Amino acid sequence: MTADADLEAADAPAVTLPPPGVAASTSTGGQQVVFPDRARYHEVASAYRDGGFELLSDLCATDYLTHSGRRLPEGVAPERFELVVMLLSLSARRRVRLRVQLPEAELAVESLFDLFTGAEAMEREAFDMFGIRFLGHPDLTRILMPEDWEGFPLRKDYGVGRVPVQFKEAPGPR
Amino acid sequence: MSDNTFVRETSEGAQELHSRASTPVAELQREVGSVLRLPEGHTVDVEDIDIERPDDETMIINMGPQHPSTHGVLRLMMELDGETVLRTKPIIGYLHTGMEKTGEELTYQQGATNVTRMDYLSPLNNELVFSLATEALLGLELPPRAVWIRMLLSELQRVSSHLMWTATNGMDVGSTTMMIFGFREREMLLAFFEKTTGLRMNHNFIRPGGTAADLPDGWEDDVDLICENVALRLDDYDELLTGQPIFRQRMEGVGTLSADEALALSATGPILRSTGIPWDLRRTMPYLAYDQVDFDVIIGTYGDNFDRYAIRLNEIRESIKIIRQVLERMPMGDYRVQDKKVTPPPRARIDESMEALIHHFKVFTEGYKVPEGEVYAAVESPRGELGCYMVSDGSSKPYRLHIRAPSFVNLQSLPVMLRGGLMADAVATISSVDPVMGEVDR
Repeated sequence: MTADADLEAADAPAVTLPPPGVAASTSTGGQQVVFPDRARYHEVASAYRDGGFELLSDLCATDYLTHSGRRLPEGVAPERFELVVMLLSLSARRRVRLRVQLPEAELAVESLFDLFTGAEAMEREAFDMFGIRFLGHPDLTRILMPEDWEGFPLRKDYGVGRVPVQFKEAPGPR
Repeated sequence: MSDNTFVRETSEGAQELHSRASTPVAELQREVGSVLRLPEGHTVDVEDIDIERPDDETMIINMGPQHPSTHGVLRLMMELDGETVLRTKPIIGYLHTGMEKTGEELTYQQGATNVTRMDYLSPLNNELVFSLATEALLGLELPPRAVWIRMLLSELQRVSSHLMWTATNGMDVGSTTMMIFGFREREMLLAFFEKTTGLRMNHNFIRPGGTAADLPDGWEDDVDLICENVALRLDDYDELLTGQPIFRQRMEGVGTLSADEALALSATGPILRSTGIPWDLRRTMPYLAYDQVDFDVIIGTYGDNFDRYAIRLNEIRESIKIIRQVLERMPMGDYRVQDKKVTPPPRARIDESMEALIHHFKVFTEGYKVPEGEVYAAVESPRGELGCYMVSDGSSKPYRLHIRAPSFVNLQSLPVMLRGGLMADAVATISSVDPVMGEVDR
């Protein structure tokens, strides 16, 4: 193999994106979204990283408990929780969004910490707010709430916790 | 109450920095930085980490949450060996008020009031990203004047935020003059914001569908005066700080970060640019009308505190360049979209038309329904990529509102910058990350 061939091999995309077998669609405004299942999530994120998406720009979760129904591509079974990961390619100036369905019964997923060190704080926030466990995360503790807090505030079945306004000398509750 | 109960109540427990003996190996490796994807030759050998280091040689101290130089309620726990920082862990959440949860309870019309309070040094950018996300879901096309007003305000906000940063950074390295100077210049901008939006901070001016009002009469003269003044005084700052040997010695080569580390840690904004990566969303993924104006993306070389200072100072110059172009090319027309669904009727119509009154009432109480979908919008705030991920279920309130706060993510690179440096330099480095705690904790 000559040096030229080496160069060509380096220039050619080493991976096909999205990886075969992963459902993909476009969302509002033509944003690219892929739907890896939970088992392949880490592998797909890794393929995207190798394919030039070098920056993890955001990681958050959504609780679809009271949602009236969302559009998902065929073959993707909706679950209560969804992990949303925004990846950014600086060289191609493109974004891609990974949406991973997470069942309530087994709320755990592999951590992206070994691929993107910057996932550390964001995964801790997702754990803090939704209780999603990230396997392989070095320090999975709460980040915004106190350590002894009960419940996960951004879940839909978590009360908003209004304190009723107390008026002075008001008659009791009617 | 005994001493012990007091200690337990203020403790953050497992979130704190613990002694080496009681920290799991994986966590310790992260804290000493051996997990970063460093360039070859710089990789820290796992064998070299001194996990077995006896604890009585080092000391863990708290800096904050009530430390004047931590820019809000940021608490840093540092492991020190003499004056050298070995490990750092930021402990945050002291200002957490659940704004993402609150956002789910407010209509799209009210939502801007909520998000504007996150990054209180650049509230207009927060409103902007919220509005962009809502408009993307609604599929609204804005009139050109609304776009250019937003661009004008967003750049003025960048100037004001960077001036504030220059001021506090000056104070952190011991230049009280700089603090007074920075606040003095920022005052002009705040006065203009007050004249335009009615408030000095938390404006709620940029709303889904455009802006709340048109620019006030004579805004050209005000903006022109601001540009002229700030441009002149930037030269003063250069004289006061940039060329000054003491300042340079405090800043140069301190708190360095490499490009690979910055990418791995998801850092954006001036931190990423200081390492030499020309990534500015205004240029690389233009929103509003940034593709129609001429400006330069400022980058650094060494990724140290001085580069970050120089980038912010020169970004003020670039912003002024953009503002001057906006001043010349501001289009005429509507400042908000004439879509009856999202736009309330003009105030004067309410007095003469019952339908207008009902319409006005409906828009402000019930809000408007936004089609089902999900979207991510991002803008370049003074601190980096400010993103908004919004899920709509077709009702008049966002089903999920997530703000990707640049300060929150950038704070992760702080331990890397501080590692191996001196305790005294930590203050300057914290300042150069420019964290706004309202945004970190949300």
